[in-house]
Amino acid sequence: MAINTDKNGYTVLFAVIMVVVVGSVLAFLASGLSDRIKENERFEKQQNILYAMGVNENTPDSGVNFIPTEVVEGKFNERITEQYVLVNGEVQKDDQAFLLDVKKQLAAFKSGKEARLPIFVGEKDGEKVYVLPMYGKGLWDAIWGFMSVDKNMVVQGVYFDHKGETAGLGANIKLRFFMDDFQGETLLNGNSYAGVAVSKTNNDPLNDDKKDNEVDAIAGATITGNGVSAMIKETLKAYKPYLETIRNN
Amino acid sequence: MALLSKKDTNLILDPLADNNPITIQVLGICSALAITAELQASCVMAVSVIFVMGLGNIVISLMRNVIPSKIRIIAQLIVVATLVIVVDQVLKAFAYELSKTLSVFVGLIITNCIIMGRFEAFALGNGVWRSFLDGIGNALGYGVILIIIGFFRELLGSGTLFGFPVLGDPIAKTGLYAFGYENNGFMIIPPAALIVVGVLIWVQRSRNPALIEEA
Repeated sequence: MAINTDKNGYTVLFAVIMVVVVGSVLAFLASGLSDRIKENERFEKQQNILYAMGVNENTPDSGVNFIPTEVVEGKFNERITEQYVLVNGEVQKDDQAFLLDVKKQLAAFKSGKEARLPIFVGEKDGEKVYVLPMYGKGLWDAIWGFMSVDKNMVVQGVYFDHKGETAGLGANIKLRFFMDDFQGETLLNGNSYAGVAVSKTNNDPLNDDKKDNEVDAIAGATITGNGVSAMIKETLKAYKPYLETIRNN
Repeated sequence: MALLSKKDTNLILDPLADNNPITIQVLGICSALAITAELQASCVMAVSVIFVMGLGNIVISLMRNVIPSKIRIIAQLIVVATLVIVVDQVLKAFAYELSKTLSVFVGLIITNCIIMGRFEAFALGNGVWRSFLDGIGNALGYGVILIIIGFFRELLGSGTLFGFPVLGDPIAKTGLYAFGYENNGFMIIPPAALIVVGVLIWVQRSRNPALIEEA
C-alpha cells in the first residue's frame, strides 16, 4: 500500500505521532532511571568531598582515584563527622547539608537572599578539616568543586570539576598535577582572605612557595584559571563568618 | 554465501579512504576541531558516533517510506537527538563514569553534519542492512581521521598519549625536554586541527591524484 506522504494532513499526523512516541519513550526512560541517576550523583558528590579532604586512593604517580562507589557512602558517614549550614552568618547543625544544591544557595547568597551554605567537617590525622563547596564560571560553562582547609586556613586539598572547558587546557583543572599544587597553600595574606590565585606570572612552576597565594597556571592561553581564582575568592567571601569562628577557636 | 557482498564491503571500506567524510567530503569538521586535543576524547567520540550512526541509519531506513518529505530533516533530527539522549541517560544510570566523559560530546553528536548527511543521502533511499553498513563505514571513516588528528595534537601539544607522558616531563626537564624540546601549545587550540586535516587531505590527494577536483 503506497501512502501519499506529501499531503498536509499526513504530515501533521506524522509529526503528532512522532512527538507522542518520542516524548513517551523519553519520559518513560527518564522516570524509570531517575532513582539510579540520583544515587550515582550522590555517590559522586561524596567521592568529591572525600577527595578534597585527602581521603582517596591516590598513589604517588597515579591519576585521580576516588574511593570506590560501592563503599563511598559508608566511608563518607565515617569520615565526615559533622555537617552544618551557614545561614545569614549563623552556623546551624544540619545532617542533610550535603543534599543542598550549592549552585542555588550561592546564587541566593549573591543576590542578598537567605541562603543555606553547606559545610562539612571531617578529621584528618587527628586534626579537624573543614570542607567548603565551590561553584563558579569557567571559560565556557560552569566549574565547581570542594576545598578543605584546616584551622590555620591552610588548604588541605581541593577537587575541581567542570562542565565543558577546553580539552587539553582548561579541562585539566580536574587533573592531579593542577589540584595537587593547592595543597599546603595558605588562603590568608596577613589578615585578609586572599585565596589562592591561578597565576601565569608567578615564576614558580614547581610551586615551592606556599605563602604566595598563587599556584602555577595550566598554560598561558588558559582562561579557566581566572574562573578558578574567582571561585575560590567568592567561596571565601561567602564563608568568611564561619572561617572567622574556626580561626578564633 | 559470504556475509558481505562486494558491494556491501565497499559501503564500509569506501568512507575509510577514497570517500572519507572528513578529508574528501569535508563534513564533520566542526567536531573534528573541537574534541581532538586529546587522543582519549577522539576515541570516545569515534565510538559514540559509530553507535549513533549505525543505529540512526537503521531507524531512518525503517521509516523511509513513511517520513513525509516536507519534514524529513526535522524527523531525522528527532531520531538522532532521541538516540543520543537515550544513550546518555542509560549510561548515567548504569555506567556513570563513562557518561561523565561522554556528556561533553552529546551536543556535538546531535549536530554532527555527517550523521544528518548519511540519513539524507543514504538511509532515506536504501534498505536496512545496507544503511547500517553505510552508517558504520562512514562513522569509521570519521573516527579514523579523528584518532589520527588526536594522536598528533596530543603528542605535539602536550607530549602525552592517552594522558601518559611519552616524551618526558616538561617541568622537570627529563627525556626529550632535557635537549631543549618544548611542547607546541598551538597544537592544543582548534586551528591546529585544521592544519592537521589540511596535511591529511594533501597526503591523500597526492597519493591518489584521481581525487583532485577540476579547478
